[in-house]
Amino acid sequence: MSYLNIENLHASYGHNLVLQGIDISVEKGEIVSLIGPSGSGKSTLLRALVGLTKPHLGAVRLEGRRIDYSNKRSLREAREHFAIVFQQYNLFQNMTALKNVTIAPVKVKKRKAEEVEKEALTLLEKVGLRDKIHSYPDELSGGQQQRVAIARALAFRPNILLLDEITSALDPELVKEVLDTIRMLAREGMTMLIVSHEMAFVREVSSKTVFMDEGKVVEIGPPDQVLNHPRTPRAKEFMAKILRH
Amino acid sequence: MSYTVHFNLVWKYVPELLNGAVLSFQIAILAFLGGMIIGLAGASVKIFGGRLLRGAVQAYVSFFMNTPQLVQIYFFFFALPQAGILLTPYQAVLVGMTLNAGAYLTEIQRAGFLSVRKSELEAAETLGMSLPQTIWHVIFPHICKVLFPPLSNHYIIMTLGTSMAAIFGVEELTGRAFNVNAITFRSIEVFIITAGIYVGITILASAILVFAGRWLFRVKGKVF
Amino acid sequence: MIESLWEEIPRFFTYYNCVFLLEATARTLTLTGIGCLIGFALGFYLAVARLYPGMMFLPLRAGIIFYVEFFRRVPFLVTLMLIFFFCQGFRLEVSVFTVALITVCLIAGSYTAEIVRAGFESVHHTQWEAGEVMNFSLGQKLRFVVIPQAWKVILPPAFSFFIAFIKDTALASQIGVVELTYVGKVFNNKGFSPVLAFGAILVLYYLISYPLARFGVWMEKRLVLSKH
Repeated sequence: MSYLNIENLHASYGHNLVLQGIDISVEKGEIVSLIGPSGSGKSTLLRALVGLTKPHLGAVRLEGRRIDYSNKRSLREAREHFAIVFQQYNLFQNMTALKNVTIAPVKVKKRKAEEVEKEALTLLEKVGLRDKIHSYPDELSGGQQQRVAIARALAFRPNILLLDEITSALDPELVKEVLDTIRMLAREGMTMLIVSHEMAFVREVSSKTVFMDEGKVVEIGPPDQVLNHPRTPRAKEFMAKILRH
Repeated sequence: MSYTVHFNLVWKYVPELLNGAVLSFQIAILAFLGGMIIGLAGASVKIFGGRLLRGAVQAYVSFFMNTPQLVQIYFFFFALPQAGILLTPYQAVLVGMTLNAGAYLTEIQRAGFLSVRKSELEAAETLGMSLPQTIWHVIFPHICKVLFPPLSNHYIIMTLGTSMAAIFGVEELTGRAFNVNAITFRSIEVFIITAGIYVGITILASAILVFAGRWLFRVKGKVF
Repeated sequence: MIESLWEEIPRFFTYYNCVFLLEATARTLTLTGIGCLIGFALGFYLAVARLYPGMMFLPLRAGIIFYVEFFRRVPFLVTLMLIFFFCQGFRLEVSVFTVALITVCLIAGSYTAEIVRAGFESVHHTQWEAGEVMNFSLGQKLRFVVIPQAWKVILPPAFSFFIAFIKDTALASQIGVVELTYVGKVFNNKGFSPVLAFGAILVLYYLISYPLARFGVWMEKRLVLSKH
């Protein structure tokens, strides 16, 4: 049994049935990338894992134990294992960078404030924002906000980090700083599920690539194989379009 | 606690109450239309008029928006006869409500007129539209769309405002409720039913206005 | 007529009359002020309760929606009469001021619930979601994320409502509450010229309402400019 098992997952986004039976397994320390056209359900899959949208068929197992998304306690427990970084960063607008990072560990996980603050300062330093800890989100650039979001996710001490197109909303010159942060996390062995359009980065960092289309898993394999030598026609078509740019 | 509710004694008076509601509607509509005319004139003066006229309109608007409608009506009801103008209660209420509405509708329409963007007018000019064409195809639809929600909202407020006519003996919905109450003495039932009728007629009015807005002006709206 | 008015003024503005007017003004302000404070608290809790999710709380949410729509769609006078006769029918020995106060609280509560709800909805749903995925409870989401962002959207309409409601309480005079409008009727009945009697009342309402309205505009401008 893998660390995370997604079995035949069906889920909707709003009124649309987006995920039509997803099967993916993730080992500890593995970095799985999810690629595919828009609307294929990649973001919905991440959202479903953290319970932002309830699956109506299929199962998600963490260390063998099934997550019951309709049970409050089970869901809360499951969420302790995940942390998600959104495309639009979603930082709390009314809090400084430091407060954004410390609030959840202190108020939700009930850890000691001084301890959390020390850890937060370390994390913000790690993502290169030591001098911006007292800045508010609207005073930060997109890349800086995204790095605060990553620090916030890490402060939550997750076992699996979910990254939902975290560079898609950024100006091109800000993408590198965010990707560098992820590279660092990859070296440290963090288990990650990355949804991305940055093909070069995907190939460099992930150990397994999943190509999704219309709510289904079309192809899974090592990144080099899926990206450069796709076997299925749909994947071939997609890669051709992407690489032509 | 010893009151038992006997609605059955009051049901037969519902038709009479509903007739009162018709009068409420009449007062509201007339005051609204009168207020719209005043408002149109007032808004025009405030945008295009000279300093003196603008000051006068501002004084009128400020006065009627910052004082209660009830006291305004009291004033007209009791003071006008002294100046030789004899009005029936119905007429006094109508005068008071119309002048009150005129003030609010001046402000609403003024905001609506000012919302026309210069960019829209410039676009029309560069497309070669004449002034009448610009007014009909660009300005008028835009203003209708912008004004429809606040005007609808104020109309509903005015419908509820007609209830104070009862104080002057006018037999609109609330007035008739007082009558029925005097006859049956089932006060709680009478006023619950009256309240229910007000909820009903305002929901009906809201629904009609929302659908009219969507159909005529493509204004999105919700009833609740 | 102007001459007779002029002669009447010193008779009108006696010490006793002026004190009477001031007391009535205070009563109007107290009625609206306390009523709105209680009403705002009530409305706030109703708006929060309306957020409780799930089928279990459906009756609660439906009840709140019903309450809010009801008191927004019934005229002040009718609500006042309902409360008055309700208290009378159940033999509750309360003063007319209390009846009016209850009416103000109920109506203010319903309008506030709507204003607060709009305030909550003005906070982008992604802010709610960010809290949700980190296991914030509803209370924690509201306290740490939503309300700090929503209060600026809530305060101006709430204040406007308060100012407008001062005028609505004029109807409390109908059940005998000795507020400003009631005093106007008293003076009129005593034989003073209605121009003077009701005119004075109108001026007093104006003197209360206009500065408050200006303050409200200033406050709204300040809120738009201020950041944190």
